[in-house]
Amino acid sequence: MSTRLAKGGRLIDRTTKLEFSFNGKRLTGHPGDTLASALLANDQMLVGRSFKYHRPRGIVAAGPEEPNALVNLGTGARHEPNQRVTTTELFDGLEATSQNHWPSLEFDVGAINNKLSRFLPAGFYYKTFLFPRAFWKHVFEPIIRKSAGLGKAPKDRDADRYEQAYAFCDLLIAGGGLAGLQAALIAGQAGLRVIVMEQAAHWGGRAPVDGVLVDGVPAGDWVEATLSALAKMENVTLRARCMVAGVYDHGYVLADERVADHTPGDGRPKHRLWRIRAGRILAATGAIERPLAFAGNDVPGVMLAASARDFVVNFGISPGDRTVVVTNNDDAYLTAIALKQAGLDVAAIVDARDNPTGPGVDKARALGLRVASGKAVAKVKGGKRVVGVALCAQAGEGTATEELPCEAVAMSGGWSPVVHLWSHCGGKLLWDESLSCFRPDAARPPLNHDGSAMVLALGAANGHFLAGDVLADASQVAAEAVKLAGKAPGHGAKVATNPLEGATMAPVWVMPQGAPVKLRSKMWLDYQNDVKVSDVQLAAREGYVSVEHTKRYTTLGMATDQGKLSNINGLAILADSLNIAIPEVGTTTFRPPYAPVTLGALAGESRGTIFQPVRQTPMHGWHEGQGAYLEPVGLWRRPFCYPRSGENHEQAVHREILNTRDNVGLLDASTLGKILVKGPDAGRFLDMLYTNVMSSLPVGKCRYGLMCNEQGFLSDDGVVVRLAEDTWLCHTTSGGADRIHGWMEDWLQCEWWDWQVYTANVTEEYAQIAVAGPKARMLLERLGGMDVSAESFPFMTMKEGTLAGLPVRAYRISFSGELSYELAVPAGHGLALWEALVREGAALGVMPYGTEAMHIMRAEKGFIMIGDESDGTVIPQDLNLDWAISKKKADYLGKRGQERNHLVNPDRWKLVGLETLDGSVIPDGAYAAAEGVNANGQRNVEGRVTSTYYSPTLKRGIAMGLVKGGMARLGESVTFPKVGGGQVVARIVDPVFYDKEGAKQNV
Amino acid sequence: MLTLECPYCGVTAEETELAPGYEAHLKRFGPGSTDEQFNDYMFARKNPKGVHFERWRHAYGCGKWFLAARCTATLEVFGTYPAQVGAPPEDIIAKIKARRPEWVME
Ligand SMILES: [Zn+2]
Repeated sequence: MSTRLAKGGRLIDRTTKLEFSFNGKRLTGHPGDTLASALLANDQMLVGRSFKYHRPRGIVAAGPEEPNALVNLGTGARHEPNQRVTTTELFDGLEATSQNHWPSLEFDVGAINNKLSRFLPAGFYYKTFLFPRAFWKHVFEPIIRKSAGLGKAPKDRDADRYEQAYAFCDLLIAGGGLAGLQAALIAGQAGLRVIVMEQAAHWGGRAPVDGVLVDGVPAGDWVEATLSALAKMENVTLRARCMVAGVYDHGYVLADERVADHTPGDGRPKHRLWRIRAGRILAATGAIERPLAFAGNDVPGVMLAASARDFVVNFGISPGDRTVVVTNNDDAYLTAIALKQAGLDVAAIVDARDNPTGPGVDKARALGLRVASGKAVAKVKGGKRVVGVALCAQAGEGTATEELPCEAVAMSGGWSPVVHLWSHCGGKLLWDESLSCFRPDAARPPLNHDGSAMVLALGAANGHFLAGDVLADASQVAAEAVKLAGKAPGHGAKVATNPLEGATMAPVWVMPQGAPVKLRSKMWLDYQNDVKVSDVQLAAREGYVSVEHTKRYTTLGMATDQGKLSNINGLAILADSLNIAIPEVGTTTFRPPYAPVTLGALAGESRGTIFQPVRQTPMHGWHEGQGAYLEPVGLWRRPFCYPRSGENHEQAVHREILNTRDNVGLLDASTLGKILVKGPDAGRFLDMLYTNVMSSLPVGKCRYGLMCNEQGFLSDDGVVVRLAEDTWLCHTTSGGADRIHGWMEDWLQCEWWDWQVYTANVTEEYAQIAVAGPKARMLLERLGGMDVSAESFPFMTMKEGTLAGLPVRAYRISFSGELSYELAVPAGHGLALWEALVREGAALGVMPYGTEAMHIMRAEKGFIMIGDESDGTVIPQDLNLDWAISKKKADYLGKRGQERNHLVNPDRWKLVGLETLDGSVIPDGAYAAAEGVNANGQRNVEGRVTSTYYSPTLKRGIAMGLVKGGMARLGESVTFPKVGGGQVVARIVDPVFYDKEGAKQNV
Repeated sequence: MLTLECPYCGVTAEETELAPGYEAHLKRFGPGSTDEQFNDYMFARKNPKGVHFERWRHAYGCGKWFLAARCTATLEVFGTYPAQVGAPPEDIIAKIKARRPEWVME
């Protein structure tokens, strides 16, 4: 059993007890514990179930590479799934539950998959896709859905807040171990702005655990002294609990600081996401130990050798009374020595190498430990925990030569540098034969904007695993980085010594070497996703040669740990199966983040009402005060309608329409885009931008215009007003203002840069109000100050003056079909004008109307709406807008595009009005069915609906649509099948349903 | 996330301040051009792995369009320059050649 040792544990405070619970069981630990060490202290070796076979799983690692021990943390609004116990700091009251089992961790029905594992081989998902569709839908999918997924998604709103911060530095050092701290000293003394980030809560990395001496003092003491020296430097910032998650272009770095994970509810943000722009990045990210592939290497109690050492030295944990150490290298001897020195039994050091020699071996032997050389683990005995191992010859096929009872197995398959940050932006790797690992190729780093190396790797991350080499490499790389920044390097520690100087390793990818399939199908590579040696070999047999394909086929390295433990072993197995060298297989792509970053941190403060900026018109508060129902239009919020008590939205919209048609209505049209175009060449420019001629527009007149993109497709529309000889005001759609302004600038700056034209987007400078209805003129007369008579202010003209004492620019334009004035005032006067209109209009029955009433009224008039009648594939000619396209102009944007043969094809679908025979409303988006079927056996279609409404004015369903043949088919009927059965028959009619002569708007 | 220096206001701008605008130095083909010319102008845009000339707008800054010469594979930036030129200026070409001696302008 695992337990707490009577003494030891450099990181824990034994004088204080913390209470926590696991699956409802009340347990205790100490400050400084991780949840992993606290669970082990309570003999909780079984902590979860694997993803596919629901195998019992225990803690394998001591850091962020942990693949097994993921738990649900917290409850309710503080519930978080998939939290790694090895990186979760213990706090009083912590509540954790295990994942991926039903009904309980100890007894799991899903474990039947384990017995069925023969039938769930690599590529299982893909192979089942080949079954009949119904079989997949009714049999496989429900089973997979029930058994898949690890933690439970939180259901409540997150109770915590998260923040984001920006930082800038010359040098970002990722990793606060021996290498990172040494580099910080050298760069800090050089005067560089340095940020050092360490993912753990404590500094120093492995050095203090491994018995390293730095300049003759224990590494732990050197770390303390270095931290206080760095803290005194104003140009150096230290951040613990802060993981550098990703490196992006030009020194952009994301880092996730776990500010208050361990102090929930103390008012601080839970996480802080750092967005850093670094001149250069030093990856001092260390290395991760690899498991060995032997049968039963996933039984709880089997863990990485260095992690076992961490638990003993850092937390005073015994992984078991009796441990078997199994290794292919010297490093694991440190674990055997640490266990022995803690008073625990080491049954044997099983070393796959034939004749291991070196300081580790000598020291172990001197302590009386048995070294079984040339041996391998044939099988781990035990189900929910280790009870023993069977040994065999590494060179053989797995015949057991002896059995050793034990409670824990500490394994080491060598080390892999953490090259993620090096690789995120394309740094290349090379295969180091002597260390059997990929390490950064210094000749091919990821590049900065100036072509210099953006990331430099150092220490263990650079393939230097022994303390002396780590320090020397860190000093050299840090000096290089300082010189690249144009400064003179400072000084760090001079020398570090490791108890295992001269250590070696031998590559061992399968144990024993000749293991038969029975054993290989129990050798786990990817613990979380249940990928075994046999799965990778099967993939190779089935023809997979690319590592990226094999990854997806077998799911190797696709779990939440992203293959931190498994990938190199998997690559080696694949290379062996394909009979090629490991570097020829290559690695899969390293993508950010290094370890999962919670979505809360990525969202930061952008949630709820500040999820995104909201644009409000000057009358916004009035609308809200009237209980308007608002709809988003881009970033704007516009009143959809103004429901009165007892009214639903539809009733409100109909009332607003009828009142506008009978009396007078007010629309807040302030969101309409308004772009000033001014200059000697402004007319010439607008003639290129619009399909019709704007240069000929007289001063004081308005003209409707269309804009197309270069492909000829309709892009935006609106009324253009000529304000002065050299000045035009272009109205755009509400959503189009910024886009169209950018479009204008694009052509002015990049194509016609010698034309003298200025543009200004003045959308928010003005409030704009449409006053529409037969009593609109009466209302303006009541405001007073401007002659608004038909004679002095005719249709499609503009007038500047005063209304209700406010400076107004009025346009006689109509989108509703009624007598209509649009009044623009400086934004600051918008509310005053609106309130004056409401006040003076009371006697005339004035009512505000919203966007839906506006939409229906324009449809009754047959006016097109950008985004309804147009969708990026429609040219103005499709919408019978030929009258707004100049035949005389030699050129305009989109003219050449519209000449393409498929756009002049007479069979194109064209705009028509549609009137249902039974008066009903055609469903939105409906397609008109034609005779016959297409090549895919689908019903042919001959048109589609683009706008469809119930018209309260006409008291029937009306629609516009694009139909093959267009208005040439006037009077014919087309059929719209409905989703779920039935159909609607509609007659093709003139799209202008209301006041065809325009008598009402032009009075 | 790239950083590019705006040649108008001198600001080294984050990519979030910029709006991309595809290939630089395009020659517009309007009415009277052949189908092939129009097709090449409209759709056959260059997408090299390597040295490329692009249009960028300092959209959330001074609002100016400018051009950038950069390597799409390594993200090196050789230089940025105003948009009012028909071809890359000599000093930009020299900067590219200094780092890519084998490169030739297409
Ligand atoms: Zn600028």
